[in-house]
Amino acid sequence: MDLNGEFRIKASKQAVWNALNDPGILKQCIPGCEELKKTSDTEMTAKAVIKIGPVKAKFSGAVTLSDVDAPNSYIISGEGKGGAAGFAKGGAAVTLEEDGAETVLRYTVNAAVGGKLAQLGGRLIDAASKKLSREFFDKFADLVGEEPATAEMIEKEATAEAVGKAMDASKPEAAYDPTAALEPGRAIDGTKLWKGFSPMTWVSGVAFLVFLILAVIKTVFQY
Amino acid sequence: MNATGIGAAVKRKEDFRFLTGQGTYTDDINRPGQAYAYILRSPLAHANIKNIDTTAAKAADGVLAVFIGDDMAADGVGGIPCGWGVNNKDGSAMAEPAHPALAQGKVRYVGDQVAIVIAETYTQAKDAAETISVDYEELPAVINMEAALAGGPLVHDDAPGNMSYDWGLGDLDAVNEGFKNATQVSKIDIVNNRLIPNAMEPRAGIGEYDTATGEYTLYTTTQNPHVIRLLMGAFVLNIPEHKLRIVSPDVGGGFGSKIFHYAEEAILTWAAGKIQRPIKWTAERSDAFISDAHGRDHITHAELAMDADGKFLALKVSTKANMGAYLSTFATSVPTYLYGTLLAGVYSTPAVYVEVKSVFTNTVPVDAYRGAGRPEASYLLERLVDRAARETGHSQVDLRRKNFIPNDAFPYQTPVALAYDSGDYNASLDEALKRADVVGFEARKAESERNGKRRGLGYSTYIEACGIAPSAVAGALGARAGLYESANVRVHPTGSVTVYTGSHSTGQGHETAFAQLVSDTLGVSLESVDIVHGDTNKVQFGMGTYGSRSLAVGGEALMKALNKITDKAGKIAAHCLEASEADIEFKDGQFSVAGTDKSMAFSDVALTAYVPHNFPHETLEPGLEENAFYDPANFTFPGGCHICEVEIDPDTGTVSVENFVAVDDVGRVINPMIVEGQVHGGVAQGIGQALLEGCIYDESGQLTTGSFMDYTMPRADNIPNMDVGNTVTLCAHNSLGVKGCGEVGAIGSPPAVINAIVDSLWGLGVRDIAMPATPQKIWQAIATAQTSQAAE
Repeated sequence: MDLNGEFRIKASKQAVWNALNDPGILKQCIPGCEELKKTSDTEMTAKAVIKIGPVKAKFSGAVTLSDVDAPNSYIISGEGKGGAAGFAKGGAAVTLEEDGAETVLRYTVNAAVGGKLAQLGGRLIDAASKKLSREFFDKFADLVGEEPATAEMIEKEATAEAVGKAMDASKPEAAYDPTAALEPGRAIDGTKLWKGFSPMTWVSGVAFLVFLILAVIKTVFQY
Repeated sequence: MNATGIGAAVKRKEDFRFLTGQGTYTDDINRPGQAYAYILRSPLAHANIKNIDTTAAKAADGVLAVFIGDDMAADGVGGIPCGWGVNNKDGSAMAEPAHPALAQGKVRYVGDQVAIVIAETYTQAKDAAETISVDYEELPAVINMEAALAGGPLVHDDAPGNMSYDWGLGDLDAVNEGFKNATQVSKIDIVNNRLIPNAMEPRAGIGEYDTATGEYTLYTTTQNPHVIRLLMGAFVLNIPEHKLRIVSPDVGGGFGSKIFHYAEEAILTWAAGKIQRPIKWTAERSDAFISDAHGRDHITHAELAMDADGKFLALKVSTKANMGAYLSTFATSVPTYLYGTLLAGVYSTPAVYVEVKSVFTNTVPVDAYRGAGRPEASYLLERLVDRAARETGHSQVDLRRKNFIPNDAFPYQTPVALAYDSGDYNASLDEALKRADVVGFEARKAESERNGKRRGLGYSTYIEACGIAPSAVAGALGARAGLYESANVRVHPTGSVTVYTGSHSTGQGHETAFAQLVSDTLGVSLESVDIVHGDTNKVQFGMGTYGSRSLAVGGEALMKALNKITDKAGKIAAHCLEASEADIEFKDGQFSVAGTDKSMAFSDVALTAYVPHNFPHETLEPGLEENAFYDPANFTFPGGCHICEVEIDPDTGTVSVENFVAVDDVGRVINPMIVEGQVHGGVAQGIGQALLEGCIYDESGQLTTGSFMDYTMPRADNIPNMDVGNTVTLCAHNSLGVKGCGEVGAIGSPPAVINAIVDSLWGLGVRDIAMPATPQKIWQAIATAQTSQAAE
C-alpha cells in the first residue's frame, strides 16, 4: 500500500540537512536506538528497541539507498526484523523542499508488517508510531536547540508537522556540535562510526525508522 | 418418571468442580522433571527455508534441546495424516500433499511450526527461540480462493491449481431438467465467513516417555483421545497402541477445534522420547489464533428453480471451500459429506446437484467447527429460500410450508444421499410462530418506525445430520475410521457404578446425562454413578465427542451395555430368588418374581455377583460388568425453526437482537436443562458468526484479526434472552429416540439473524448483507441502496 505524508520543519533546508547529519543526535533521537552502522555507501544497519502495545522487541533494521539526488530526493528501502515480534519492511520516496523559512519533508511509503506485530499490533501501532515520531522530534528539537524542547507535531491523516522551534536557522552551527549532543559515554562511538557519512544517509536513517513506523501503522490499520 | 432419570432437569454433576475452579485441565497437570517447550512459528505466509541456525538457542540458558523439521525427518517421523479421503468427480483421488509436523524446507502459513525449543522454564525456551535465525526466502502468498484457483502461486507443488479435489454429488441431468421446466429462478451468492474457534481453554500438551516401560504418554486437550492415539501412533510416530497412552482430562471447550490431530501433539511426544523428560507446552492465545484449525470459509453460488406456484423443482450449488495450507484431520469431509448431503434441507426438492472445489491457500488449516458443513448448508439454503419468497411474492412461512417434506413421507430419501428417518417441520414452525408472536410483529414494526428504527423478522427452518455416524456409510464416503462408540459399565459390589465411555466431554454435561441413563435403567441414584472418559488406559475404546454424537451414539452404546447388565443381573436374581429367569421383572431398582412378593434390590444382586457363594459357575459367571459397542444404522436428523427479530438503527447501522426463538426437534430429551444450555451456547455462537466474528488476512497472509482486540467474540450484551422450546419426533433407529443437540443452535441461527436484517432493510433497497453484519457494513449497505435508488 502507498502512504503519503509530510513533515514541516521551521528551519532552512540546509539547517535541517545539517542537523540531521549528526550521528549522535540521531541516535539519541530515534526512540530506543542502540546502534547505527554504515555497511557501505548506500547501506546501513540500525538496532532499536521498540515497544508497540504488548509487543516489545529489538528491531534490527537494514536500509538501502537508491536514486539519490542530494540534497533533494532519494528512495530508501529496508527491512526491520524483530525476531519473535515479527518484521516490518518497505520503502519510501522522500523529498526535501524549501518553503520560505521552512522545509517540507515529503514521503511516499510502501510498507508491510508481519508476525506478532501484524497479529497483535493492529490497533496499537497507530498510537505507538505517533508517539515514537513525537518523541523523535521532541528530542531532536531538545538537542539541537538553545531552548528546552517545545517541538510540536501537527498531524493530519498521514501527515505530521514538526515544529522545530529550537532550531534556529540563523545559527546552524549551534545545531551540530556533536560533542554537545552526545551522551558522554557514547561520544567516541558516534564520531567514529559516522565520520564521513553523507548527509543523505542520516536523513535516510531517520526517515526509514520514523516513516516505516508510520507506514506500519497505516498498513495494519487499513484492514 | 425416575426423579433423576430420563427427562429430569437435574443440575449438572460436573458444574461444582468447574464453577469452583477445581477442574483438572491439561495445563494443571505437572509431571516430575517436566521441561517446557516453545514452538517457533513462521512469521511469513509462504517462504522457502534456506537455513535455520539454532546454535545460539542451543547454548542459551536452561535450554535442553532444539529440534527442527530435519531432526524429525531424520528419525523417520511421518506427516500429519488426513482422516477422510474425498474423490474427484472423475473418481480419481484427491490431492493430499505431505504435512510435516515441523516445517521441512518450506513454510505455508503464518503460524506454521518451524522449531521446538525445550528448556527448564517456559521463559527460557521463549527467550532462546528469539535467537533462532531462520533464513527465509519469501515467496508470493495466495490468500484469496479465487486467486488460488486462477493460477495463483502454488501452495503445494503436488496440488496443481491449488485444488485438493473437485467433488460433485447429485443428478446433474435431473437438475438441468428441473431448470428447463422452471418458471421462476432465484439466485444467490453467499460467503460463509471464516471463523476462529477460540475455546476458553487454549490447547496444551505434555509429552512423556517412560524409559522403564518404553511407554509414551501424551496429556492433551483433545475431544477424542483414542483417535489421537490411532492417528499419531500408527501414522506419525509409529508407536503401537499398548505403548502409547493419551490422557485428556477436563477440556475447556472444543467446538470441533480439538478433534484434530495437531502437529504439536506429535512434536511433544516425539521430543519427550528424545530428551527422556516430560515436556509441557501450553498455547498462548496468540498461538491459538494462528494454529487452531479455523472454521467455515466458503464461497458459494446457488440457484433454485421453482414452478409458477413456488414449488421447488431443482437446486444447483457451486461452492469453493478453503482448506488453508494443509489438509487438517477431517477438513475434507466438512464441505462434502457434511455439507453437500444436507442441501435438500427440510424441503422436498426433487433434484439437487452440488459441486465443491476445495482450495489450498497460505492460511491456517480449516476444519470442523460447531456444526461443520451443516451451518454452511443451512445458511445457504435458508438465505436462498428467504430470497425466493421475496422474489416470488410468497410469505416466508407459506413458501416453506409449500415445500416441506410432509410427515407421511418418512423415511424420506433425499436426492443427495441421506435418508431422513423422522421429522415434523410444520410442528416446529408452528411452535416457533406462536412463541415469536409473529402475529404482533407488524405492530412492533410500526412502533420501531415511529422511533426512526427498522425492524425485521428472519426465519430459518433447518435440518442437520448428526450422531456421526454409521461406519458403513462413513466408510463408503471415504472416512478412514469407523464411527461407532463403546461403553463399559462396571457395577461395584455395593451397587455403585462406574461407566467408561468412549465419548469424551468438553464440558457439555455427559457426566450428568449419562448418569441419568444409568439411574433410569438401574434405579440407582445419580451420586452412585461416575462417568469416566478421556484416558486410553482407562477407557476400552472410543471415537470421541463431535458431530452431536455423544448421546446418540455414546449414550446408545451405554444403553446397550446397561441392558446387558440388567440381563445378567436378572439371571443372578432368578438364581437367588429360585425362580425362572422368564418370571423375573425389574422395576425401580427391584428385581421381583412375577405374581409373588419375592424381590431383591439391585444392590443386593450386585453384592451377590461378587460374593457368589452358591453360584452355579458352569451357567453363571461371577461379577457384574459389561461392555458394548454401538454402530448406528443411520445418522440422526435434528431440525427445527429459529425466528429472529432485530431492530436496526439506520443512522448508525447498529443491530439489536430483540428476540430469538429456537424451537428444535432433538428427539427425546434426556435433560431439558442441558439441552437448553447447549442451544443457548450454539445460538450465541451463531449470533457471533452473523454479527461479529470475521477472520481477516491481509494480502501477504498476515492475520490481522489475530487477537481479541480485532476478532470480536460475542459478549453478553450481544445476546438476547432466548426463548428455547422443543418439539419431539423420535429418532427411529436408536432405542432412546435421541438425535443430538450440540450443534443445532449454531446451525439454525445465522440465517435467521441475517434474514431478519435483510427483512428490516429490504424496503430501503438492501438485498443482501454479508456476515459478519457489522454496523459499518449495514450503514454502508443502506447508504449504497439509497444512493442507487436516488439515481434511478
